[in-house]
Amino acid sequence: MSTIIDLFRYDFFMNAFWASLFAAITCGIVGTYIVSRRIVFISGGITHASFGGIGIGYFIGMNPLLGAAIFSILSGLGIQYFTRKGRLREDSSIAIWWSLGMAIGIIFIYLSPGYAPNLMSYLFGSILTVSTTEIWIMAALSLVLIAFFTLMYRAILYVAFNEEFARTTGLPVNLINYLLISLIAVTIVMNIRVVGIILIMSLLTLPQATANLFTHDFRKMMLYAIGFAFLGSFTGLLFSFYADIPSGASIIFTLVLLFGIMKAVSLLQKRKKRIDAQTNAA
Amino acid sequence: MQKLLEIKELTVSYDHEVVLNDVNLTVHKGDFLGVIGPNGGGKTSLIKAILGLVKPSKGQILFHIPQTRIGYLPQINQIDKRFPITVLDVVRSGKTDRRSFSLFAKQTEEIAHAESLLNEMGVWQLRHKAIGELSGGQMQRVFLCRSLMNRPELLILDEPDTFVDNQFESELYEKLKELNQRMAIVLVSHDVGTISYYVKTIACVARELHYHPSNIISTTQLASYNCPLQIITHGDVPHTVLGLHDKHQHDHKHDHEHDH
Repeated sequence: MSTIIDLFRYDFFMNAFWASLFAAITCGIVGTYIVSRRIVFISGGITHASFGGIGIGYFIGMNPLLGAAIFSILSGLGIQYFTRKGRLREDSSIAIWWSLGMAIGIIFIYLSPGYAPNLMSYLFGSILTVSTTEIWIMAALSLVLIAFFTLMYRAILYVAFNEEFARTTGLPVNLINYLLISLIAVTIVMNIRVVGIILIMSLLTLPQATANLFTHDFRKMMLYAIGFAFLGSFTGLLFSFYADIPSGASIIFTLVLLFGIMKAVSLLQKRKKRIDAQTNAA
Repeated sequence: MQKLLEIKELTVSYDHEVVLNDVNLTVHKGDFLGVIGPNGGGKTSLIKAILGLVKPSKGQILFHIPQTRIGYLPQINQIDKRFPITVLDVVRSGKTDRRSFSLFAKQTEEIAHAESLLNEMGVWQLRHKAIGELSGGQMQRVFLCRSLMNRPELLILDEPDTFVDNQFESELYEKLKELNQRMAIVLVSHDVGTISYYVKTIACVARELHYHPSNIISTTQLASYNCPLQIITHGDVPHTVLGLHDKHQHDHKHDHEHDH
């Protein structure tokens, strides 16, 4: 069995390492916004709608991720637009985009001649096959997200916390909402290769839930979530390598395990605080 | 008296259903106006029109002060109490016209102002807590600080007395009375009895607006304003009359005051 250091000599492993780092940064930041704003279901809709783009990508011989990007951005903006303008209830609107995207994907993959290579890797992720180009795109996205969430921090926070009040203070609420939905869509697509369409929601919610055990401050939650996401996905990557199991599922499993352990840690912390307070009072 | 804003022939409708019809109202400096009316009568729509949150389908609102000098306290049930945000950040979100939204922008003056407001409301020690850790009364104080962040000339409060205990309610109204020396106040409430202790004038909103230039109002008047409200009286005030008999102002005036 090779040591962990030895693994870094392999290109595919280096790529997987960088992929888990950039997945942690992008999902840590965007996921904190998603969880705080309670738009996990919208994100699920965007994720599954992107499958339509993957199907069309296969059919016309374009990079499936490019098709997925177009579909997820359109569905994200579509969900927002129809909810705001039309009289459609938001959850119904999400469900429509969700299933429409999946249906289009299935139809076009069926119509594509021959066998659809890598189909499973889009559905369930395959961090060990992420290409160098994809790593560079993920790195660029990480930079964009860090810059946007740092420079626009207060606008994002205030709109997310209380949209109507933010409007009365003159913030361009709609513009910020549309920008963020687009960033969510791009983040989802760029992480499809890491954990897959079916499993990506967990990378956007589990590290945040873990971070939320220790802080209620938006900026700290982003930082902690990045940390937990990286810890979970890198450990999961190693686990999948040594145990020879699919990486996506292994990463999610590790993230759940991490949440369980941290939940126990936070309960013990609280208990210790309570006992300390009691002894001090006595 | 100096006018702060004038509402002229304002009509607001949602999906062709008129919720406010041909409303006229002028708010002056020093006013303390209580807005009452049945649920769904258009109280909140009136406020939202003033704040630019709904577009009037007819009429206009003339502002004689910059719109950023209008403070707003929304209904507390609009707020997600589990959102990861600190008390200090909530108060700071009331600031408009900021030059930078950056996480690293130095805003010592803004922070000092927010902290002095929190101190004034007696919740300064909670500033680093998450908003969800506060009680209803404490939370309402924090939101009041947020609405004062821009040093408003007009403060609009939408049912600030819901979800708070009685003790905080009277504290809040005393605080508003004090603030009224610095700014005009428009207070929406369903509790007619309580607010009439504090307000100077009353507007009944039930699709139409009837202005009542006194804080004393009788059930008969309410009925004539199409404002069928449950009246809760306090102490020995006759059950048909609302409001406290203020010795200086209203000795024999409670039977007839006309809307304009």
